[in-house]
Amino acid sequence: MSTPAHPPVPEGGFDFFVVDTDHQDHADHDTTGHETGTVLGFWIYLMSDCLIFGILFAVYAVLGQNYAAGPSPADLFEIEKILLATAFLLFSSITYGFAVINMGQKNQTGMMLWLAITGLFGMGFLVMEVLEFEHLWHLGAGPGASAFLSSFWFLVGTHGLHVATGMIWLIVLMIQIQKHGLTPENTRRVLCLSMFWHFLDLIWIGVFSFVYLTGVLL
Amino acid sequence: MATETASSAHTFADANNAVHWFWGKLGWDIFPFYDPLILGTFIVTVLLAISVAGLVLYKGWLPYLWNEWLTSVDHKKIGIMYMILATVMLIRGFADAVLMRIHQALASAGILEFLPGYHYDQVFTAHGVIMIFFVAMPFITGFMNYIMPLQIGARDVAFPFLNNFSFWLTLSGVVLIMLSLFVGEFAATGWLAFPPLSGLEFSPGVGVDYYLWSLNIAGIGTTLSGINLIVTIVKMRAPGMTWMKLPIFTWSTLVTNILIVASFPVLTATLALLTADRYLGTHFFTNDMGGNPMMYINLIWIWGHPEVYILILPIFGIFSEIVPTFTQKRLFGYTSMVYALCVIMILSYLVWLHHFFTMGAGADVNSFFGITTMIISIPTGAKLFNWLFTMYKGRIRFELPMMWTLAFMVTFTIGGMTGVLLAVPPADYVLHNSLFLVAHFHNVIIGGVVFGVFAGITYWWPKAFGFHLDKFWGKVSLFGWVVGFYVAFMPLYILGLMGVTRRLSTFEDTFYAVYFVAAAIGVFLIAVGVIAFVIQIVVSIKNRDALACDGDPWNGRTLEWATTSPPPYYNFAFSPRVYALDAWHHMKEHGATAPKDGFVPIHMPKSTATGIVLAGMMTVMGFALVWHIWWLAAAGFIGSLAYGIFHTFNYDRDYHVPADEVRMIETGQSQPAE
Repeated sequence: MSTPAHPPVPEGGFDFFVVDTDHQDHADHDTTGHETGTVLGFWIYLMSDCLIFGILFAVYAVLGQNYAAGPSPADLFEIEKILLATAFLLFSSITYGFAVINMGQKNQTGMMLWLAITGLFGMGFLVMEVLEFEHLWHLGAGPGASAFLSSFWFLVGTHGLHVATGMIWLIVLMIQIQKHGLTPENTRRVLCLSMFWHFLDLIWIGVFSFVYLTGVLL
Repeated sequence: MATETASSAHTFADANNAVHWFWGKLGWDIFPFYDPLILGTFIVTVLLAISVAGLVLYKGWLPYLWNEWLTSVDHKKIGIMYMILATVMLIRGFADAVLMRIHQALASAGILEFLPGYHYDQVFTAHGVIMIFFVAMPFITGFMNYIMPLQIGARDVAFPFLNNFSFWLTLSGVVLIMLSLFVGEFAATGWLAFPPLSGLEFSPGVGVDYYLWSLNIAGIGTTLSGINLIVTIVKMRAPGMTWMKLPIFTWSTLVTNILIVASFPVLTATLALLTADRYLGTHFFTNDMGGNPMMYINLIWIWGHPEVYILILPIFGIFSEIVPTFTQKRLFGYTSMVYALCVIMILSYLVWLHHFFTMGAGADVNSFFGITTMIISIPTGAKLFNWLFTMYKGRIRFELPMMWTLAFMVTFTIGGMTGVLLAVPPADYVLHNSLFLVAHFHNVIIGGVVFGVFAGITYWWPKAFGFHLDKFWGKVSLFGWVVGFYVAFMPLYILGLMGVTRRLSTFEDTFYAVYFVAAAIGVFLIAVGVIAFVIQIVVSIKNRDALACDGDPWNGRTLEWATTSPPPYYNFAFSPRVYALDAWHHMKEHGATAPKDGFVPIHMPKSTATGIVLAGMMTVMGFALVWHIWWLAAAGFIGSLAYGIFHTFNYDRDYHVPADEVRMIETGQSQPAE
């Protein structure tokens, strides 16, 4: 448990001052390329983002059946189209995985190809989402129509904004890789975006089962 | 003829639309000409700002400020900037407090109600928001930033740029809230802006919008800073510093930042939902269309209660450093202190409902939250006993930090006990929203956080600047704060027990006047403390040669005392290796001295203007959103996005300090560069 106040003297005596750049220096390493704090930091950020989604899911759970005499999920959701969008997003996660495998094999061309395919799937998902929102809007089921629709639009919209951000990041990153190659910084960025992308996938699985599937079944 | 009139009316409407398009809701009526009090403050503030800016430009300080401070990524400078920001805002928030105490004293005596109701409501809202978000939070963030990396033997935090950016986001929130004093109005809703009062229907003005954008921007900064400091502690501890050798202040920093990362997103989400209600016409917290205002109360307190512990835990850490140093013993019960911190961290998530027992969740729910609340007093009590046992048979030196600590221990215990009283749901039904509650939380925040901040400032000031703070003015400040606190808030306990509710600006009965007058006298005693604190700093800076000290003026025990005062910008030329808790004390026992040769180049981050530019654009965006100037908001958003992306194309972010320069600094042949 607690360390003794007088630890035993190690062999060769105490060595109080050492050179140790691994721990002492900030995370933006230029050369060494060993595991820095960035991945951990990004992971913690994702958990904080997850909490935001947690709140939005909770809000949907509380308000999701307050239809205010308006439409209910069964009236609105076109589950086949949602299923297609879901497939787009899930496949984009797999293709991103292929990109990371190619990165591990130092195959930059293959990686860029898979990243581009990931981007196309992501774009497909976003287009489907925009079409769905447009459809709802024309039905008069905008975010102001009832508390159910407020929480629906906000939850799905926040996820969509995240995917859009991921798309911008993906494009910027592809330009940077084209420019500088697979430097340690760029490798790290690919891994961070990978975590972000899979995280959004996971959130979407929650949205699909909790909002859409439950919505049309009930 | 008729067509001509119609077309001219049409043109007039077009022009009006264009003006509205360009200026949003801004108009000449935003300036506070109607209120001599605000107008006077406005003029004085503008003159003050112009003269400060003029002085800086005239003296040619701007390049120095820009290069060495505003764009600096040095955790020590950012820490000091947080402290300066908090001190300035303390004076602003305190001015609000003085206004309220004078108003209530005069109004309760039936003499005068000099603040109109809508203005009084803004004053207490601003007071609460400023004191929590822009005084207490920057103070503790400042301490964590400055001290923690030194305590673990690191050269900076894990993400130095992010640290700078977090600071500027906090300042962005400050700018918005200060603007609201003069341009338009602030929320008149109370510091947590409960709907439906804060909804569009009952608060159609820009006050709540200022509140929302200010807190959302600052809250993002706080979350980022939390992530940064956690990674710093996890990844950058000196070799040999295992978890149970971590200095207790660093432990409290870790726990605090875990709380920040696990609670501020809740605030962000909740405020975003309220923002959507006000801007997009959604129905999360409205009375109609299925909205649920009580959900806001739940959500905001799920953030709000951990926030209370975010404020107090680092302060516990500060006291846990001060008590062993000034009793010259190791901390009693280090392990139990660590466990107490962790237990409080978990329990702080299980008590939020005690803020609204009267919501009517039922006896079972209220009992659960009442009991969890009372349980929190157990680890907190353990901490107090640990400090007492550390002092027992110690050789106590009554320096300023120790005096503040003793004032804290007495005052905080009283506040804690009234807190346990409030945790009893039936008692809370009587005392809810009364001045008893106001007295309770000021008792723990002033007696805990504020006293702790002053203890910490007097303790670490010599480390940061290389000279002590003046003891006489420090004692005057201590006297003003401690006596002033009791005179100001004990009457509020009594008033609360008599049933006086909070946030009253008008009184029917002069019966309570004597208590309010006593409280007003108390606030003037506190004013003595605030002024003495400022004088203390000025006097100490003037006498800095006489007050000068070496790297270890208090005979400290932890690693921040192992380097010079002030520390060189790279903190440590060599990494300290840790064998024991209280590493520096252990080093001194074995006569360790820093080597004078064998230096190697040091890897450091470069300064960057990205933080201040990005936060500046986000401030513009926030202001434009408050006033519905959509084109400017879009410009601010796209600008900050583009600049952020541009920043990622900069791969040249670090440099190496040559070994020769390190040798010059370490052997005293050149002063560490400012």
